[in-house]
Amino acid sequence: MSRQSLKTLFPASDITYWIILGLLLGVVLPLTLDIFRLNLVGKYLTYAFVAVGLVLCWGYGGILSLGQGVFFGLGGYCMAMFLKLESSDPESTKIQSTPGIPDFMDWNQLTELPWFWEPFYSFPFTLIAIIAVPTIFAYIIAVAMFKRRVGGVYFAIITQAIASILTILIIGQQGYTGGVNGITDLRTLMGWDIRSDSAKYILYYVNFFFLMSCLLVAQFVRKSKLGRLLVAMRGREDRVRFSGYDVSSFKIFVFCLGAAFSAVGGAMFTLQVGFMSPSFVGIVPSIEMVIFCAVGGRLSIFGAVYGTLLVNWAKTTFSESFPELWLFAMGALFIGVVMAFPSGLAGVYKKYVEPWLISVAGHARNFLSKPGNAIPSVGPLSKQEGVSP
Amino acid sequence: MFSDYTSAELLSIFAMQGFAGLILFSVFVLMALGLAIIFGQMGVINMAHGEFMILGAYVTYLISNLFATYLPSLFGIYFFVAMIVSFIAAGALGALVEWSFIRFLYQRPLDTLLATWGLSLILQQIYRSVFGAREVGVTLPDWLMGSVPLSETIEIPINGLFVMGLTLVIAGGVYFLMFKSRWGCQVRAVVQNRPMAAAVGINTAKIDRITFALGCGIAGIAGSAFTMIGSTGPTAGQLYIVDTFLVVVFGGAASLLGTIASAFTISQAQSTMEFFLSGSMAKVLTLLTVVGILMIRPQGLFAMKVRK
Amino acid sequence: MSTKDFVLAVEGLTVSFDGFKAVNDLSFYVDEGEIRVIIGPNGAGKTTVLDLICGKTKATSGSIKFRGKELTKMTEHAIVHSGVGRKFQNPSIYEDLTVFENLEISFPRGRSVAGALFFRRDAEVVQAVEEVAETIFLQDQLHTTAGLLSHGQKQWLEIGMLLIQKPDLLMLDEPVAGMSVAERKRTAELLNCITKGRSVIVIEHDMQFVEDIAHRVTVMHQGKTLSEGSMERVKSDPKVVEVYLGH
Repeated sequence: MSRQSLKTLFPASDITYWIILGLLLGVVLPLTLDIFRLNLVGKYLTYAFVAVGLVLCWGYGGILSLGQGVFFGLGGYCMAMFLKLESSDPESTKIQSTPGIPDFMDWNQLTELPWFWEPFYSFPFTLIAIIAVPTIFAYIIAVAMFKRRVGGVYFAIITQAIASILTILIIGQQGYTGGVNGITDLRTLMGWDIRSDSAKYILYYVNFFFLMSCLLVAQFVRKSKLGRLLVAMRGREDRVRFSGYDVSSFKIFVFCLGAAFSAVGGAMFTLQVGFMSPSFVGIVPSIEMVIFCAVGGRLSIFGAVYGTLLVNWAKTTFSESFPELWLFAMGALFIGVVMAFPSGLAGVYKKYVEPWLISVAGHARNFLSKPGNAIPSVGPLSKQEGVSP
Repeated sequence: MFSDYTSAELLSIFAMQGFAGLILFSVFVLMALGLAIIFGQMGVINMAHGEFMILGAYVTYLISNLFATYLPSLFGIYFFVAMIVSFIAAGALGALVEWSFIRFLYQRPLDTLLATWGLSLILQQIYRSVFGAREVGVTLPDWLMGSVPLSETIEIPINGLFVMGLTLVIAGGVYFLMFKSRWGCQVRAVVQNRPMAAAVGINTAKIDRITFALGCGIAGIAGSAFTMIGSTGPTAGQLYIVDTFLVVVFGGAASLLGTIASAFTISQAQSTMEFFLSGSMAKVLTLLTVVGILMIRPQGLFAMKVRK
Repeated sequence: MSTKDFVLAVEGLTVSFDGFKAVNDLSFYVDEGEIRVIIGPNGAGKTTVLDLICGKTKATSGSIKFRGKELTKMTEHAIVHSGVGRKFQNPSIYEDLTVFENLEISFPRGRSVAGALFFRRDAEVVQAVEEVAETIFLQDQLHTTAGLLSHGQKQWLEIGMLLIQKPDLLMLDEPVAGMSVAERKRTAELLNCITKGRSVIVIEHDMQFVEDIAHRVTVMHQGKTLSEGSMERVKSDPKVVEVYLGH
């Protein structure tokens, strides 16, 4: 790729934001927080995957999915199944009526491992499944909906229904899935104890690495012509068809990408928190993930991460001390984000913080360029190109 | 599984499940009617619709306690009083909500979805704080309890008959209002062409408010009816919101008749399957079928073909 | 004469909306390089015909053959790929994107998902965009957000978006509607320039404009062809005078 197109895709301002976020998450937080709190941040960051995916799907593409928990959960469950099988070897489970199968299956009087669990003995398969299963599922939904031009509100309601269906299914089939408690008591990943402090540090950084990579992918997508097409489709879908584009294939692509991101988040969640349950699959968690994206400013991928961290931090802090107040606050947040600050944190940054930063930098330059000072004079810093909307 | 029963028994089972389904159908219709008015006619997604319903249920609970304590001799009629008060209470709350923020969001359906979800959280928390987190039960007056035997093996619960009758009355009332009254005409005018409706002198803001309030008021009555088939708790509204939206969407959101037909189909399918499969699988299968059909025919059962 | 000689052959085209026939058994044929203007009173079905050709509306019956290809069975974007371009009555542009981006999106490259993802704004694209921008008088507004343009400028932008696609059949729906006299003149020049050598279908009400550019005129009324021929012939046809033109 030429230098010119690299500069368009990754303009200096966006690189700066990426580096700042990277420093915050990779250096500042690990140095200032204890492992318990860092693990919490790691958990929040897994939700950020979903939020970043939603920026592309919803912010850019106008596709509101209220069922992202489905993909988060599917990714998480795939990882959980692998980990559970590992901790259910015949030796550790010899007190069960049927050793060698997960404990919840034993409690439900299953006598052998269901067929669809078998492949999850293999780690390579599990890794592939984490991405493939949710993406294929997303693909099926997307093809069925977008090729028939179902969008907007109808699509949102159907994603809710799907989240609902999957939750009911998981809870109802507790012999196969662990039911309402989910798959718990996960201990080791190929022999490595994931519950130890050192493991938590490593997993935090693995999570961090994946998130920063997802941000790069999202940046590439949104700055490419595909990103502009998404914006065009959000405003005037019909017109894009008459410019010669098969709109449904673009929607399918971005929806599947959002699903893939969410799946990675789900798998990292399972690793860092040690379990996965249907409480992350249904309507309520899915809508919460939308709020993280909205608070960040639905058009900003970096905002999505900050938004996720902020809302989750607030949730943990308030629901401990003022549980009743928290639900009011959440409800008010939903209303507020829609009515008062639709551009979220990113909007606030753009409107107030950035101009201030620029003027400060400008003053600093002017000061330094006065006779006897260091730098040659320049005019006030102009707005950098390619700043995200 | 069918072979376990004689055909006479099967018939009775289907009949009884059919009637159980009819009660479910009535509640679906009452909830869906309110939602169909708000969503189908106004294009507003009200995720808090379940909470308006539960308001009606809580009001009914309060009234039943009021009568039990202060007017025990009149206990038999408390239910009618409760329904009227529920309608007014839910309608008033609806008008307040419309005035505070819904009216700014008419062009933005996805945003109303999020905002009303926030409202539902707030309402749930209010109920939790005022009435407690546990579910409350409502005592039915004597004349509503028991059942009427149709044949040797088939019995129909009286409260079910009452609910069905109520639904018929309300559905008829709504139809009359929307299609035969001047006000209904104005509502439909505002929905189809707001600037023109305003230009001919219709107070669009007032119409919006009344329509939204009416939809919520009907939900309130549904809540009253709901106390007969389920227990009332702060989160009970959430149980049915997805179903209700599917009912409305499946029926073709613009058509009230479609809403009723779709409520019938879905409730019957679910209650019949519930007998033969476990409760959760019945629900899953019903929802899957509805979603599947919507994927094939997204405009629902009763949509008209219009020039775009 | 076989339909293969015509660039566009519409035969027996009918579309019915719940019983109302907006277009009723319509047939007409457009030659290669011809400029055909469709006129007629409101509600005659003119815009619907364009909708049918470009795929926005699905026909109930009948056939539309573009260079022998049956368009009624194709999707909108496939019709665009075949070489049919449409300009809409209300300016239909991407308001949130800049003029440059609007034109770039219309450039006929990178139309698949992968193509769009890896599309590079190379010299060829930039040059094409700048050339078209000059033709449509918007070379100084390349980086203005399209939503901020005036009505007339938006119409020109849309014409530009059409131009950059290099269509073989150009369809314009009231291209000068809502424009001032000065804008109309410039638009007429613009259209004279871009319609050279192309097959064009135009819907218009401005009779002077029609006289200036039309090769042949089709008059529609109530979904059918009322009269067809050169402007002089059609102007003096008593049926047309009664229904549309007046004396």
